[in-house]
Amino acid sequence: MALAHGDMPGTLRATSAGAGARLLPIVALAALLVLACLVPFVVSSYRLLQLTSVVIYAIALLGLNILTGYNGQISLGHGAFFAIGAYTTAILLERTGIPYWATIPIAGAICLAVGFLFGLPALRLEGHYLALSTFALAVATPQLLKFRLLEHWTGGVQGTYVPGFKAPFGLPLAWDQWLYFLSLAFAIVLFVLARNLLRGNTGTAIIAIRDHPIAAASMGINISLYKSLTFGVSAMYTGIAGALSGLVAQFVSPDSFSIFVSLGFLVGSVIGGVASISGAVFGAFFIEFIPNFADQISKAATWAVYGSFLIAFMYLMPTGVAGFPARIWKRLRPSRAVG
Amino acid sequence: MEAFLHQFLSGLANGGIYASIGLALVMIYQATHHINFAQGEQGMFSAYVALVLVQAGFPYWAAFLLALTFGFVTGVLIERVIIRRFEQAPVLSVVVVFLGLLFIINSLAGWLFTYNVQAFPSPFPAGLGSRFLSAHEIGMIGVTLVTLLLIYLFFRFTPLGLAMRAAAQNPDASRLVGIRVGWMLALGWGLAGAVGAIAAIMAAPIVYIEPNMMAGILLYGFAAALLGGINNPWGAAAGGFIVGVIENLAGAYVVGTELKLSVALVIIIVVLVTRPAGLFGYTIMTRV
Repeated sequence: MALAHGDMPGTLRATSAGAGARLLPIVALAALLVLACLVPFVVSSYRLLQLTSVVIYAIALLGLNILTGYNGQISLGHGAFFAIGAYTTAILLERTGIPYWATIPIAGAICLAVGFLFGLPALRLEGHYLALSTFALAVATPQLLKFRLLEHWTGGVQGTYVPGFKAPFGLPLAWDQWLYFLSLAFAIVLFVLARNLLRGNTGTAIIAIRDHPIAAASMGINISLYKSLTFGVSAMYTGIAGALSGLVAQFVSPDSFSIFVSLGFLVGSVIGGVASISGAVFGAFFIEFIPNFADQISKAATWAVYGSFLIAFMYLMPTGVAGFPARIWKRLRPSRAVG
Repeated sequence: MEAFLHQFLSGLANGGIYASIGLALVMIYQATHHINFAQGEQGMFSAYVALVLVQAGFPYWAAFLLALTFGFVTGVLIERVIIRRFEQAPVLSVVVVFLGLLFIINSLAGWLFTYNVQAFPSPFPAGLGSRFLSAHEIGMIGVTLVTLLLIYLFFRFTPLGLAMRAAAQNPDASRLVGIRVGWMLALGWGLAGAVGAIAAIMAAPIVYIEPNMMAGILLYGFAAALLGGINNPWGAAAGGFIVGVIENLAGAYVVGTELKLSVALVIIIVVLVTRPAGLFGYTIMTRV
């Protein structure tokens, strides 16, 4: 299945940018980082909560991008891993003495394992078949969380509370400010890791499997291992995001992990730019703010406005926000004979 | 035994709806290689049109035919106005466009017809019912079989059906022999819209009509299409009946209704893992 190749970022290509062009993104990133660190001290706590959600969504979308954009496996069910992450944190905090910060990597590890195990049978399925299987996972998640036999752990239909906590080391931060910085720290580490992973040999193998599985196999790449591992890593990212979201919401319930969470992730991922790292950030802003924006335009038909946005975005930017500048550049550049 | 037979037959009746939706999905898939996630919502909207007409005093079958026409025309319009512009777009972008359509139609229906759950009339006289099946279930099976037969006759024996099959199979060669491929695609969308409308109108007396009525049904239809083989319309129809029976039996004997959907899906996926091209599909060979 051809996903989104051609002029997409993430396609294998030689880079020959000069030192000046190299420096620019670093300066821009540093400026962005400083801005992100200043934000919690100037905006209202409602806005801060929204921005924390953006950071968390960005981590989740990055996980989906690694799987769908770079490895070519479609997932309509990443909401399930988001739920597993959130519930892991909730249950650990409720039942064990594990400190809250330690539950986040544990949630990630559990999702890594679950994702890897789900990825094994999913190896045989491609394209629409994989989409259906992951969709089934997303549909089953709220039903399983409500299931009677698990009620003792999950709290059943009512869900369960996640205890709150204070900023450590006597830092002069409010609870929501500290959570923002915690999420931001996780996001930065995970984004750097993803970038290094995708730029290295492993990333080349992951992309090669997407672009040409047979050629990849004949180069000696163990396709089943890589695909399952990619599934696991992707689930881990989304699970960590889920754990953070559980801490922010201070409450988890089956209905907050309906199929729309998974569909929202896919939408955000594609709108942002599915085969890109920065796309995850754009997509996160989209899924956090655009539904609110649509609501302001029309209370009566909010989702009709939202749906129109989706179609308009895809019409104007078929390769997502991240791929948009490259497309414009291609249009504007004096045309040369292209082979 | 009697209870089992009852569950089995009523599964078949529900399966008819899944078969129709599955068939509609396959018709569009064969022509464009996309899964129309908005198929269920298009049907739901047509069912609302039928309801409004019936409430306005139209006889049931007149309202039925008008709603089908509405489904057909909107299907053609959606293809001509929106989907055509995404012919060259990446697959995932098209998926997002379909999701956008789903949101739009769902929201418009809620806006125009409210989100209240409403009863929907059934045209079949109560005397038709038997020990195992209600009148509506029997009528539903009948309507499904007639629909499948008409679709079969249309594609098999009419020049237009032949042209549509040709356009789906080999667009370039079809263009060379003078078939207007673009319009054939639009017609396919129209037919799928009409078939989806039938499914929704038949489902509505059972699940009641509301904007989200088709969510579960679309999923089962999707499963039916994949189980039967996405490149085989008759496989999809057979898949629909199989899914209906699995769903009902799993709900009655395995886990109870709360996990019915999950269990049905798990069974379908287990089947697909062992037969990745579906029960009646064929594996596509690609030259490398």
